[in-house]
Amino acid sequence: MSFTVDALTKSLNVFHAACSPCNNCDIEILDALTPRYDLERFGIQLVGSIRHADVLLVTGAVNKKVVHRIKALYEQAPKPIIVIANGSCACSEILFRDSYNTCGPLDKIIPVDLYIPGCPPRPEAIIAGVVKLLNAVRAKDKK
Amino acid sequence: MSENTENKSCVVPIGPYHPLQEEPEFFKLHVDGEKVVGIDIEIGYNHRGIEKISEAKHYDQGIFAVERICGICSTSHPFAYCNAVEDLAGIELPERARYIRTLVGELERIHSHLLWLGLAGHFLGYNTVWMWSWKYREPVLDIFEKISGNRQHYSMFKIGGVRRDILAEDIPWIEKELDALIKAVEMFKGAVMDDPVILARTKNIGVLTAKDIKDYGGVGPLARASGVDIDIRRDNPYAAYNLVDWKVQTFQGGDIFAKAVVRILETLESIKIIQQCLVRLKTVTGPIDLKIKEIPAGEGIGRHEAPRGEVFHYVRGDKTNRPTRHKIRAPSYVNVATNEKAVIGYDISDALIVLAAVDPCYCCTERVSVVDAEKGTALYTGNDLIRLSQEKTKKLKERIF
Repeated sequence: MSFTVDALTKSLNVFHAACSPCNNCDIEILDALTPRYDLERFGIQLVGSIRHADVLLVTGAVNKKVVHRIKALYEQAPKPIIVIANGSCACSEILFRDSYNTCGPLDKIIPVDLYIPGCPPRPEAIIAGVVKLLNAVRAKDKK
Repeated sequence: MSENTENKSCVVPIGPYHPLQEEPEFFKLHVDGEKVVGIDIEIGYNHRGIEKISEAKHYDQGIFAVERICGICSTSHPFAYCNAVEDLAGIELPERARYIRTLVGELERIHSHLLWLGLAGHFLGYNTVWMWSWKYREPVLDIFEKISGNRQHYSMFKIGGVRRDILAEDIPWIEKELDALIKAVEMFKGAVMDDPVILARTKNIGVLTAKDIKDYGGVGPLARASGVDIDIRRDNPYAAYNLVDWKVQTFQGGDIFAKAVVRILETLESIKIIQQCLVRLKTVTGPIDLKIKEIPAGEGIGRHEAPRGEVFHYVRGDKTNRPTRHKIRAPSYVNVATNEKAVIGYDISDALIVLAAVDPCYCCTERVSVVDAEKGTALYTGNDLIRLSQEKTKKLKERIF
């Protein structure tokens, strides 16, 4: 395994960008850190700056006011970065696709590595998604 | 903001991203040294045009749209929306549906208040409070999962009733979980009221007088913490709020301590309401919904006391199956404006908890930078601000113990 992938896939530092969500996804992300699910025991934690992040975790249907900021966040991120679209809004916009103020699902704006659907996805679903992604990244690197 | 202070003060931009939670909001704090002298509030990072979306959906679909306004209040908006449409159509709810609605509304209040308490603890540097209160919040989500199938976004409401019944065999289990929750909340009550450090950080900080609340139109626990005795559940009863025995909790002082106490007392009151609803559900039988065939033309208003205050929905129909106008006023919108009064004059290390005390669940911990207005250089990052707040607690601890 290459050094970069090895370093990337251990103790994920997650930067969480809320792009006009309804908060439910955000609460479930925090829930995954609190005692019942306790992701912090694997070294997974939220960080304050995108420049320290391994993962850009995006929730919500991206609206017009936020779209430039999420692009800027992606540009500022140290590469390689894993982008996760968390929740149905970020994956497909659900009922907000008809809105006058949203700018398409996340993968039309920045490249996305992992989709976690659900409204909101349960903490177990978030954990399962991240585990699958890490395995995929490592398997791809071995080839 | 006068010219004079603008020359002197630095600007602390907070937001729009605070990755901890909730909607992005942008606060510009004008500071003179350590003192906050002014604040600008900018919102709109969360605008998704739900009023317009709702007007394109028929009445039953509209519930799913308004549910997605806010994840924490995901029953409050359908509650007010259903009240509005039922007001428009003149529908009288069956009794069993009234109790189920009340029960779901109050369960939501418990989970919302516990969530706030945890985050307030985090911003004070008490991560134990955060972890504990979120741990005790989990049983509430379990109850939701049992009765609705989802931890959040319960979709329990429909026009003319509720979607799902609460089964008789689930009731003893729910009662057992609630009894365990009472002990936890009582423990928090003791912890908040007796802890000298929490007292020092929250007493006489971010004070809002009853006059301020009336001037800004503040609602909910924020108003009740300043001694303003308003509560839609009592003042304009709907669902089963006039059929159960409960009291509006008010507190004097208007500081952050009062806001925390009001929320904890309300949580206990909510548990009391739910217990009564469960007892009644054992005996009250009958349908849980009505078959609504047609919504007539006309206007209707619906109100509900959400965990953050009064939420107001206005619906106008034209005899078709969808509203021609749907207007929503959420409580945080008025409450956020009170920050203008609450935060000015206090230390910048208190700003986070003062802004959080309103419970727009606002607390920008990350993506914060303090900018020197003259040189335009960043002095603090977001983490520095939270560190400042936590250091203040640490210093107080050393002084007190």
